[in-house]
Amino acid sequence: MTTADGAVLEVRDVHRTHGAGPAAVHALRGVSLTVRAGELVAVMGPSGSGKSTLLALAGGLDGPSAGEIHVDGQRLGALDRRRLAQLRRRRIGYIFQNLNLIASLTAVENVALPLELDGTGARPARRLALDALAEVGLPELGDRFPDQLSGGQQQRVAIARALVGERRLVLADEPTGALDSQTGEAVLHLLRRRIDAGAAGVLVTHEARHAAWADRVIFLRDGVLVDSTAPLGDVAQLLTGSGR
Amino acid sequence: MSIRHGLLALLERGQMYGYQLRASFEESTGSTWPLNIGQVYTTLARLERDGLVRSLPESEAGQRPYEITDAGRADLTLWFATPVSRTDRPRDELAIKLALALTTPGVDVRSVVQTQRAATIRTLQELTRLKYASDRPEDLPWRLVLDAMVFQAEAEVRWLDHCESSLVRHRPTPPGAPGSAGSAAPEGTVPRTDEGARR
Repeated sequence: MTTADGAVLEVRDVHRTHGAGPAAVHALRGVSLTVRAGELVAVMGPSGSGKSTLLALAGGLDGPSAGEIHVDGQRLGALDRRRLAQLRRRRIGYIFQNLNLIASLTAVENVALPLELDGTGARPARRLALDALAEVGLPELGDRFPDQLSGGQQQRVAIARALVGERRLVLADEPTGALDSQTGEAVLHLLRRRIDAGAAGVLVTHEARHAAWADRVIFLRDGVLVDSTAPLGDVAQLLTGSGR
Repeated sequence: MSIRHGLLALLERGQMYGYQLRASFEESTGSTWPLNIGQVYTTLARLERDGLVRSLPESEAGQRPYEITDAGRADLTLWFATPVSRTDRPRDELAIKLALALTTPGVDVRSVVQTQRAATIRTLQELTRLKYASDRPEDLPWRLVLDAMVFQAEAEVRWLDHCESSLVRHRPTPPGAPGSAGSAAPEGTVPRTDEGARR
């Protein structure tokens, strides 16, 4: 089956049910979503609406009860475990509120880890990791351990790890966590820049101010997609419209 | 917020005369917006001129009740369905609109909330895009102005989220509507929202 034009992520009529019978919980009920290269989609909705479930399915961390998910042209359900793991390492970057940095590794080692696990040699992996750290504004802190970095710096390291190499799809779950508003904004700025450079992204957030960095915002309620904002026009149009 | 839509929303509950409308309006808006009786009658005269309400014969006590027309009902439906623009919003229109939506028969309040939330987030997206494009040091004053608008819009969305949770937890029954013009609401209750019913 072919994917829609330019689509990096395609979620087609996906259902996810936990448990069975009367106790079954329907986390997602018939959700479809397409995210193209250069597009960031934010997912909003109350707690328990299925936001994080959708992200886990898109990233191949969980499987749907029904429906199909395609990432970079590959149907996740058709991949064996080894190939799925490879796709996740090479093509998908994850940014979670819980950073999952490894305390015994330096910043640059944390960032290089997914590359090395994927067979990249230590030296080129380190070089790519340093590039990624430079991209997030931490070129000189690569040899520090996580506990020697501030919360904002740790989050940047986690982002560098999610962006290192040729990731086509970036999945972020409340990536600004407990960061102050300026640092949180810097994190979103980085994410936006990477998307503008050609990646596709999905951002789960309950904060409207963060969702506003996306091209499109979708709303989930009780596992169903209930609304979506239209894609934005270009900045020149906005300036005219705003009467600046 | 025009008083006319407030009066139309009240008349959707059933026919009323001027003093009743004034009292109900103040009750609906928690007395945050006092009306004088002159404003009520002037607005009723304009509504009647525009065919949105019609006056009925005077009662023995000399009170002239009004009722909403089909055109008035269509105008009211459009008002509830249309998001308030942030650019020319008189203060508190949204709060009053939601308060009235709760007590007006046949209004899907969650749809009103969602329509407004999507429109406000859309505004937020546009403001954020402008900020992203204004990255030079000399853009700082403009960015701060944009930030002010961003935080105001964000506060509105948080309040809408809060309204939605309150609706889920506690859905009030609107006051009895004697002579209520046959609305879609069964037995005088605000109907429950079906997922995507208005989409």
